Amino acid sequence: MTDLMNLTGQVALVTGASRGIGKAIAQQLVARGVTVIGTATTASGAEAISAYLGEQGEGYALNVTDPDSITAVLQYIDEKYGQLDILVNNAGITRDNLLMRMKDDEWNSVMDTNLTSVYRLCKGVMRGMMKRRQGRIINISSVVGTTGNPGQTNYCAAKAGLVGFTKALAKEIAARGITVNCVAPGFIDTDMTKALTDDQKQAIFTNIPAARLGQPEEIAAAVVFLASPGAAYITGETIHVNGGMAMV
Amino acid sequence: MSTIEERVKKIIVEQLGVKEEEVKPEASFENDLGADSLDIVELVMALEEEFDTEIPDEEAEKIRTVEAAIEYVKSHSGE
Repeated sequence: MTDLMNLTGQVALVTGASRGIGKAIAQQLVARGVTVIGTATTASGAEAISAYLGEQGEGYALNVTDPDSITAVLQYIDEKYGQLDILVNNAGITRDNLLMRMKDDEWNSVMDTNLTSVYRLCKGVMRGMMKRRQGRIINISSVVGTTGNPGQTNYCAAKAGLVGFTKALAKEIAARGITVNCVAPGFIDTDMTKALTDDQKQAIFTNIPAARLGQPEEIAAAVVFLASPGAAYITGETIHVNGGMAMV
Repeated sequence: MSTIEERVKKIIVEQLGVKEEEVKPEASFENDLGADSLDIVELVMALEEEFDTEIPDEEAEKIRTVEAAIEYVKSHSGE
């Protein structure tokens, strides 16, 4: 039987790979023999990615809200590697505010970065994946897209939007051997959650049966599984990785 | 060297998995050849590659029959 976790020789694009969950995903993919192009918003971020990926990948400065920048990175991958097997849409931002105080630019920037970018990147990789009858798209959603969270109407809307987008696209292209899934992290130990106060953390822990933050590697493991040959029959699904805080 | 007509028909046979004799000029991809909307998108992609051209979306939407595909390629290639 073929190794159902074998990813050797594949090529992956991981957005938002300079730190946190994206970095852990890029590292685990590389460890499994995947060539990874990891993106960051700045040139120095891209250099840092190149440094930690080593021989088997590289960083690339990508602005996911700029359609031309997306076209450029996909063209670069096509010319240099000739294939793209795995797309991990991980780049995301928060601009928290109560709805009554939320500004249009806070709403729009979260939508552009967390949702519209996924539409653009998926559209961009579609032709190649359709032709090769092979592809894995994994979108990083969030537990709060399902549960809601005060102060995050924009972020929750975008993350829930990803789930609907994922289901619709999964149905469109399932017959072409391409799967589209989400991983929805709970509270993970990253810079995004380091911004929380100790009181906020304690309040959150009372709702997490596992009584701890998750590690980025625990999200990456779910992503690697969805990318693997063994997950070929899973599509349109959301895997929740949250220590039990929300069971869907 | 095959004619444009032969090349277009060959692509239709390959993409839609139909028999050559079914690919009549008046045949509709959707109604006669069993194609769904995504099949037609892929067919247009294949035509673009075969004839090294880009078919704009609004033109692609009009390509619904074998004849329309052949006519489009004929009127947009230098041959």
